[in-house]
Amino acid sequence: MSYLSLTDSDREAMLAAIGVDTFEELFRDIPAGVRFNRELAVPPALTEAELQRHLEELAAKNVVDEVCFLGAGIYDHHVPAVVDAVLQRGELLTAYTPYQPEMSQGILQALFEYQTAICELTAMDVSNASGYDGTTVAADACYMAKHATGRSRIVVTEATSPQVRQVVKTYAPGFGLEVVEVPHDGGITDPDRVREAAKDAAAVIFQTPNFFGCLEPAPDLAAAANEGGALAVAHVDPISLGLLEAPGNYGCAIAIGEGQQAGNAMSYGGPHYGFLAARSDLIRRMPGRIVGETVDTDGERGFVLTLQTREQHIRREKATSNITTNQTLLALAGLVHLSLLGPQGLRELGETCMALAGYAKERLTEAGLELAFPDRPTFKEFAVRTGRNARETLAAARAQFVYAGYPLGRDYPGLDDTLLVAVTEKRTVEEIDRLVEALTR
Amino acid sequence: MKLIYEKSQAGRRGTGVPSPGLPVPEVPSELRRATPPRLPELAEPEVLRHFTELSTRNFGIDTGFYPLGSCTMKYNPRINERLAGLRGFANLHPLAEDDAAQGALELEWKLQEILREITGLDAVSLQPAAGSQGELTGLMLFRAYFEARGEGERRRKIVIPDTAHGTNPASVTMAGYELTPVKTDARGNIDVDDLRGKVDDTTAGLMLTNPSTLGLFDENIEAIRDIFHGAGALMYYDGANLNAVCGISRPGDMGFDVVHINLHKTFSQPHGGGGPGGGPIAVRSSLEPFLPVPVVVRDRDSFRLEYDRPQSIGKVRAFTGPFGVFVRSYAFMRAWGPALREMSEVAVLNANYMLARLKDAYDLPYERLCMHEFVLSARSLKREHGIAAFDVAKRLMDYGFHPPTVYFPLVVPEALMIEPTETEAKETLDAFCDAMIAIVREAAEEPEVIREAPHNRPVRRLDEARAVKQPVVKYAFARNESGLAQV
Repeated sequence: MSYLSLTDSDREAMLAAIGVDTFEELFRDIPAGVRFNRELAVPPALTEAELQRHLEELAAKNVVDEVCFLGAGIYDHHVPAVVDAVLQRGELLTAYTPYQPEMSQGILQALFEYQTAICELTAMDVSNASGYDGTTVAADACYMAKHATGRSRIVVTEATSPQVRQVVKTYAPGFGLEVVEVPHDGGITDPDRVREAAKDAAAVIFQTPNFFGCLEPAPDLAAAANEGGALAVAHVDPISLGLLEAPGNYGCAIAIGEGQQAGNAMSYGGPHYGFLAARSDLIRRMPGRIVGETVDTDGERGFVLTLQTREQHIRREKATSNITTNQTLLALAGLVHLSLLGPQGLRELGETCMALAGYAKERLTEAGLELAFPDRPTFKEFAVRTGRNARETLAAARAQFVYAGYPLGRDYPGLDDTLLVAVTEKRTVEEIDRLVEALTR
Repeated sequence: MKLIYEKSQAGRRGTGVPSPGLPVPEVPSELRRATPPRLPELAEPEVLRHFTELSTRNFGIDTGFYPLGSCTMKYNPRINERLAGLRGFANLHPLAEDDAAQGALELEWKLQEILREITGLDAVSLQPAAGSQGELTGLMLFRAYFEARGEGERRRKIVIPDTAHGTNPASVTMAGYELTPVKTDARGNIDVDDLRGKVDDTTAGLMLTNPSTLGLFDENIEAIRDIFHGAGALMYYDGANLNAVCGISRPGDMGFDVVHINLHKTFSQPHGGGGPGGGPIAVRSSLEPFLPVPVVVRDRDSFRLEYDRPQSIGKVRAFTGPFGVFVRSYAFMRAWGPALREMSEVAVLNANYMLARLKDAYDLPYERLCMHEFVLSARSLKREHGIAAFDVAKRLMDYGFHPPTVYFPLVVPEALMIEPTETEAKETLDAFCDAMIAIVREAAEEPEVIREAPHNRPVRRLDEARAVKQPVVKYAFARNESGLAQV
């Protein structure tokens, strides 16, 4: 086996040094009744060339050549080559969590820079070093809010991603939390309904742009949450934050989101990263790793994991979270992508997505289709009525090699004829014209 | 070294964005961003150089020996990176309909089948993102199982030994359970006498790592199983140490009902400086109805995602889990095949060889053969020369090694927890042992060299207390900003 270095004579010498004659003897502490006494029934070993062929065959069974207008939380944005180059540096790729800071200044500084970037995007005071994805950070925010407010009800808008809501509901019973949903009203959320629900609530979670792609009246929703004494939690798209106001600038206590859009391949759902940033008064309730700046014995700047008394390895059952392994490498990808974009690039990226999505809306309505929420401004995604079951529409479009979007009826009864269409900077005018043709023929 | 923000110059660009020449719809003024985020402004070559320089200030398994106990830092085969990056995997959208994702679903199903065989259990969910999320998911399954039996209100307690990873008690709290700690006996096993009095019909279950964080296989596992199953309680296996027992002993055969597998440990997903990981769980058939959705199922020659599971706990993460991790770990398992047993055998051989070489130089709390890792104590070194486990760790850096895990498990004072894994050469193991022994000599002869270590890393010892007292958790862009969090 090429991953092993020991020769037969090494093995003999080592067994002798231990003072046993056989491998079997090394396992003498395992009771006979729980030993496994046959060969593992798993497929035979493959060489590297065979492995490559086998995985290439599996990969070829996936369909990735249809023009992608599918979004609904994961988006087909371009990932620059420099991101891949950085992620393949073995010193970063194959390191563990930076428990020993003198061995890990590269990762620690990168995470400090990542935290800074997330705080800049969201206008928050403190960011952790990543969560698992855009759904689990919502559950994290609930746990923070419960302890920060002493309340036990979470309000989440129905226009928030169904998967985010489902994860929150799965975690909630263990946290001792009840989850209440506020229905949407024509594609966005009515602040008055939020105001009512926020009374006695620990947090109000809303997504903007929301799952339908519509821009929520976010400052009004945050104000409504704050009036009820609940923490306002905004779930945001990092790519939108060059154009759209940051949650920290309109009264939110916590900003969360899915980081995939910034720097990660879609990769059938992961690994990606979730980001979580908060106001400084919540710093000691933050889940997960946080990197801080300090000095070494020579007075030189350096970075360490900090505020670790929040964490499970110190605080055990009283920890703010059980998270250990996070998504550092994917967060690093996000930092590299954001560093390549800069503020100007991020703004232009948002404008390009918005311009292309706007063109698609215009062309589709010209072709006789109706937008589900025509009066609402959108960012890079929008809902369009197709005049028949959207799953059938999708199948017909796919026959034209256009993956036209996400059938909203999967999650929202009553929107069975509606397709959620995402347009990233990778799409072209020609491809959008093909979409229009595929949806109208 | 400068931060990337300190290298930024207004007007520089690192990447271009397509410009379709179309009008940009107006963002309503109350929603429009007033002040742009201060992201770095650098040209592409300088971005690459910045992160390359950062990489030179980091140490990975590609750099050298990394015997961090309980973390299983083994070689990460490079072919797996190439495979995870295949276009058919990397460009696949997770909401693509099943007919467009047959290759991905087949890979997930095949991975599940291998995990069932290795764990000796009946059904698998790949969804949890890491080991600790696997733990929490397992406890949610416990709750769903007991609620379905009408015992949910009564069974509130989870038993955890004092050697457990901190994630176990943290997961217990997050799942809404109460913790019942149990002691470790003089041989490093669970103290069965202590245990007997603590398990009854209010107990939901046990969480156990076996071999334990002491690197010792619990010799009383059959008695422990009888106690829990006899009381109608369930058993959870923390798979952090599965690298010791693949093909040698299976958690399902030991009596465990739920197991998580750390794909980033035993199955070689690179740890990426802190993640990603993968924490699939395998369960006994009695718990299968409660697994998270969607579930990957096979119908003759095709595969699909099943959502209609009325008793499911719900979802703990989006989609089916971290798919790129599955590609790497599946490839790793296929490279080994049935010889995965040899992987574990050599991991155990390497650990015992190092233990044999080091047990006279350091204190050994439990005089037994170890499994894939072992715990030494620097207690004598501290008492006689004032050199603590912390100092030994820092001095090992000067010898070119990543230190072992220190101060864990908590039951051993001045603990040094060493896990070599199977992929190291005997010369490497010997060089590390030589360094450990040399440090004992240095402690007597020139302790100040150890106390001031490390001497050749990019930074000297860092002031961790200051970072807590004055938490600076982001860059201060302007003089009137501190980056200091108000706490």
